[in-house]
Amino acid sequence: MLAILDYKAGNQTSVRRALDHLGIKNLITNDPDVLAKADGIIFPGVGAAGQAMDELTSGGLDEVLKALIWQEKPLLGICVGCQILLDYCEENDTRTLAVIPGECRLFNPSWSEEDGTPIRVPHMGWNRVVLKKDCALFKDIPAEAEFYFVHSYHPAPKAEFIIGETNYGEHFCSVHGRTGLWAVQFHPEKSGTPGLTLLKNFHEYCLEAQNAQ
Amino acid sequence: MLSKRIIPCLDVRNGKLTKGVKFKDNVDIGDPVETARHYYEQGADEIVFYDITASSEGRGIFLDVVERVASQIFIPFSVGGGINTVADMRAVLLAGAEKVSVNSGAVKNPDIISEGAAAFGAQCVVLGMDVKRVDKSEAIPSGFEVVIHGGRKFTGLDALEWAKTGEALGAGEICLNSIDADGTKDGYDLELTRLVCESVRIPVIASGGAGNPQHMADAFTKGKASAALIASIVHYGEYTIRQIKEQIADQGVRMRMVW
Repeated sequence: MLAILDYKAGNQTSVRRALDHLGIKNLITNDPDVLAKADGIIFPGVGAAGQAMDELTSGGLDEVLKALIWQEKPLLGICVGCQILLDYCEENDTRTLAVIPGECRLFNPSWSEEDGTPIRVPHMGWNRVVLKKDCALFKDIPAEAEFYFVHSYHPAPKAEFIIGETNYGEHFCSVHGRTGLWAVQFHPEKSGTPGLTLLKNFHEYCLEAQNAQ
Repeated sequence: MLSKRIIPCLDVRNGKLTKGVKFKDNVDIGDPVETARHYYEQGADEIVFYDITASSEGRGIFLDVVERVASQIFIPFSVGGGINTVADMRAVLLAGAEKVSVNSGAVKNPDIISEGAAAFGAQCVVLGMDVKRVDKSEAIPSGFEVVIHGGRKFTGLDALEWAKTGEALGAGEICLNSIDADGTKDGYDLELTRLVCESVRIPVIASGGAGNPQHMADAFTKGKASAALIASIVHYGEYTIRQIKEQIADQGVRMRMVW
């Protein structure tokens, strides 16, 4: 069973629908016991980092999450859930969970696309991910596959945590973390077949990790 | 580099897919959920649903359509039509839409844009604009005026000013529909599209007039749009979305080709 973290700031139902479609058992929850028993946790998110952090800290979920990550519970952060794993986000000047070193920055409006036009913000639409490292999440996903992005702030983790990059005027980090603790800036639950494959790969990793213990 | 998006638009009336010309003479042409799934499988990048139902009973049927779409289609979709309050927005977002489009409701009460952006994030709020060509005047210096109520009522708003106002209030995207071009299949209004795209820094979806893939390629290159809305040419089976994307990609425009 995958737990979808419920902290009132996410797109939990979209993730739930995608997992249901894949036949993966899941539960939307903020119960620490249920989170601890899950094979893995999906940390979704839309909206603003500041508001999301407030929701997490007011219920003590920040400490619960950090403890589970410390115990190597597999976790997949999505969008704001990806940004919040870093130390700091420029949005609302927010101190975030500090699980992965780095920060999250507003897209620089002076960046321009290949054809010379200045980038529009939010970065909204379909774009590619170029992997810098092997990543189990991307098994069976073709290199030219695209994913759906919608965000105005982008992750900028410490270089060793960069897994994949996307070009929007400049290259920015769109996948970061380490094995078992992954963060993706795009929305796999809204990225058609490649996105569904990524969620399936995460689930398979969780089951393997469970069996290995 | 971001791909340009192809977005089929489904008008829904009493739970049925319908299509009109210049907002008139609507005929029912199918089931919106089945049609949306078909477009999803063909490689649509996003889908837009407009509720053109007038009754509250029809509204319930529409929300049911949205929920069924959300459980079968794993690309983003937006919902518009009859959105006048934050509560209306919440209802369609809870039913599973990613984005909600405000149009007449925002002209009457612009604060709905900022309230929606504050409650759900700017990326959720699309400003839908219906625009008609008029003589240039002091009030409408661009010669493009915003109209509401399906094109029947002039608002006195200049389209370029209204686009900037919408951006400043927190809209995350603009869906720009030319009433003059709508349903004609003669191509998008490229002048209008380019002027609005150059006035704002949020993405703009060109709408109204698509008759062939060249029209969409022009909207991206000459009009500078981020996305193109289409309806008749796919609803009546003249082109598949894959054919459209292949023809546009042949001109060097970046399209998402794997799905």
